[in-house]
Amino acid sequence: MDEGLKNELQKQGIFTTTLEGVYNWGRQNSIWPLQFGLACCAIEMIATTMARYDLARFGAEVFRPSPRQADLMIVAGTVTKKMAPQVVRLYNQMAEPKYVIAMGACAISGGPFKQGYNVLKGIDRYIPVDVHIPGCPPRPEALIHAFMMLQQKISEQDLTGANRPRHLNADAPSEFPVPQFGDHDLVPPNNPAVWKAPAVVK
Amino acid sequence: MLACLVRFCPMDANKIAAVEYSPYLVIVVLMLAAVAFAFTPLLLARLWAHFFSPNKPGPDKNATYECGLESKGDAWVQFKSEYYLYAIIFLIFDVEMVFLLPFAVAFTGLSAAGVGAFVSLMVFLFLLVSGLVWAWKKGVLTWR
Repeated sequence: MDEGLKNELQKQGIFTTTLEGVYNWGRQNSIWPLQFGLACCAIEMIATTMARYDLARFGAEVFRPSPRQADLMIVAGTVTKKMAPQVVRLYNQMAEPKYVIAMGACAISGGPFKQGYNVLKGIDRYIPVDVHIPGCPPRPEALIHAFMMLQQKISEQDLTGANRPRHLNADAPSEFPVPQFGDHDLVPPNNPAVWKAPAVVK
Repeated sequence: MLACLVRFCPMDANKIAAVEYSPYLVIVVLMLAAVAFAFTPLLLARLWAHFFSPNKPGPDKNATYECGLESKGDAWVQFKSEYYLYAIIFLIFDVEMVFLLPFAVAFTGLSAAGVGAFVSLMVFLFLLVSGLVWAWKKGVLTWR
């Protein structure tokens, strides 16, 4: 619809929208996160939901204890290699559309434990992450900012066409391979479909 | 049109007599509305899934949810039913207290009928305790 016509109609008190707009508006204002925390970032996540920071303003206060009812996975904390298969499996068990916020230095890269033998160097090696938040731990404002970024991302998603998101595309996968415990490391060490090792330029 | 059927319609005052007026029509209309209210969202969701959002089941997604772990074994575990005998014996003596307590409270006030009340309570207790003895001898209280 023409922007000018839309503005003219709005001046007359007629509000026009699209099916896509209503769909995304509804989705972006009812993102229910999965209720789980992995480490100290979870404390900040809890603080975000409480009265002082009040995540309920964004329609996201309903933390679901079951992945079947959740739209968003907040990976809040250090993902150990012992825990990584469970996180990926929980992500697989969530219903589409599903989104991931990697919260904190550990969840995005391994953080201060990056050199450790037992810590996964970023959950984005196995599942597609929508928003990364740096910080150790990030303040609640940072998580709220990530929420707003995610809402913006959802509001811009197409309903049809080649650029439509994964959950609207029948060919795109909904489940991602769960890593297994190998002799020395998780097998595979990353999912090549969602993560590629950065090229080192010398 | 519907409003004319169920209410008095002033502009068709002459015609209204010809229309069969049924007070139950309102209920039928309400029932239809209720059914439509329930099924329309389901139908819309199905249509939406058909045209836009494809169904994507998978082995992980359809698996039993167990906090991210793979479920092991069978959920249909058998429990021993012997505990219920303990529960019944406990219940009998629990309910017995309901009779014993008012008797004990009022016992000093029973001057003439006191002996009879005491004897009948003892008979009652004897019956219950003999049941316990029988269960004990039968080996019910032995946990296997």
